[in-house]
Amino acid sequence: MVSGLINENPTVYERKERRVRTDSSNNDEYSVEPIDQLEIFDILLLQLHHIRDIRDPEHPYSLEQLKVLTEDSVEVDDGKSYVRVTFTPTVEHCSMATIIGLSVRVKLMRSLPSRYKIDIRVAPGSHATEAALNKQLNDKERVAAALENPNLVEMVDECLSPSFE
Amino acid sequence: MDLMEKNLELLEVQKLEGHNDRVWNVAWNPVSSSPSPILASCSGDNTVRIWEQSSLSRSWTCKTVLEETHTRTVRSCSWSPSGKLLASASFDGTTGIWEDLGDEFECISTLEGHENEVKSVSWNASGSYLATCSRDKSVWIWEVLGGNEYDCASVLNGHTQDVKMVQWHPTMDVLFSCSYDNTIKVWWSEDDDGDYQCVQTLDESSNGHSSTVWAISFNATGDKMVTCSDDLTLKIWMADISMMHSGEGYAPWTHLCTLSGYHDRTIFSTHWSSDDIIASGAGDDAIRLFVDSKHDSVNGPSYNLLLKKEKAHEMDINSVQWSPSKENRLLASASDDGMVKIWQLETKS
Repeated sequence: MVSGLINENPTVYERKERRVRTDSSNNDEYSVEPIDQLEIFDILLLQLHHIRDIRDPEHPYSLEQLKVLTEDSVEVDDGKSYVRVTFTPTVEHCSMATIIGLSVRVKLMRSLPSRYKIDIRVAPGSHATEAALNKQLNDKERVAAALENPNLVEMVDECLSPSFE
Repeated sequence: MDLMEKNLELLEVQKLEGHNDRVWNVAWNPVSSSPSPILASCSGDNTVRIWEQSSLSRSWTCKTVLEETHTRTVRSCSWSPSGKLLASASFDGTTGIWEDLGDEFECISTLEGHENEVKSVSWNASGSYLATCSRDKSVWIWEVLGGNEYDCASVLNGHTQDVKMVQWHPTMDVLFSCSYDNTIKVWWSEDDDGDYQCVQTLDESSNGHSSTVWAISFNATGDKMVTCSDDLTLKIWMADISMMHSGEGYAPWTHLCTLSGYHDRTIFSTHWSSDDIIASGAGDDAIRLFVDSKHDSVNGPSYNLLLKKEKAHEMDINSVQWSPSKENRLLASASDDGMVKIWQLETKS
């Protein structure tokens, strides 16, 4: 896919110990439990019965381990059906930011109820062309056209595929 | 007749189900109206659907599905002024021209040339020209020749980004385009020789939008237009078109007013009715209607919110269009939820 790694020595952080939820969390669309920050973070980083991390396209480590996505990345208001995810690309000129952003959007689109409005952005100050990137990631028509491109869909699916740990 | 004084509501007449993916655009056939109005819709399911209202039962059904032509999303559709032809703009890079043969539609031509997704298509008032625009940043003008022939007359470059919509002026051969580059461009051929140039760009310095402009719509007389944007505003523009009609040259468009504070998600569509009601469809699933307040003000005209229909759809609204019929105030809407809805604006009983 990419011939040379752009970020050869990423800083890898320890995985956060998973908080044990006292109530049984579920992804059931008909559940009356409001969706909260932790649940969306979990959606992004693992599913109920599988360890399914969104892989950083360049490295086998998960985006959580690289601090690209943390719990604080997620702002959610279930009552308003609104979520905003802020991610931090690992390198300033990270050319994979578009793929990461698109993958996060696709994962949320597939996991959240259709009533949800999803905004994706890069953390302020974390990317050279931040405004341009944010605009592209949030243009619904551009996203739709991109997802009709089989090459891009393949890259996104690879990003979303389960890691074999 | 002051609409603000009437107690109006937008009633859902019918929900048209059938598309298997989001619906991007709706277009009313300009000549058919009562008793059998016709509506076209196009979708991410790669098809165009033609809907007709039965004169007997008053209910809407899907008359035909235009399929197996486009290989990707059909983003917008537009009827020729005669009502006999329908153009379909697709992400597959082509624009289809369909002829209504009565019980079915036939694709009589496919316009190729854009380098990537075609976003919009528009016929001029006389039906002699078509315009298309694309993510390839260009606007193309096509000449309608006889015998199902279409010739590329002009390739217009100028926008620096993805062009979202093209719209011919309702009475003059002046072409308007709006873009991801936040501007609206006006294209005109001074000598009427088909050599179109960009004669005006409405950008932030002209009080224009600060983000992607998604749509343009003209009032019936063509001396005003409304534009909508990702910057959450609607803007009203005006021009002295009598100057143009009398051959005095190009009359520039100027900003008249900005409607801000009414929308909190991207406004994808806006349409100006023949009786001066402006409709907007936005990413918050709501339809809003605005009218001229008609109050004399030193600052010029202002527009008031006539009504807001929340949760008009279950997802983003991509298109709103008033019916050309003079008899009733019908509005069609299209959404990411895969539905087309027909609405009637009427006084509360």
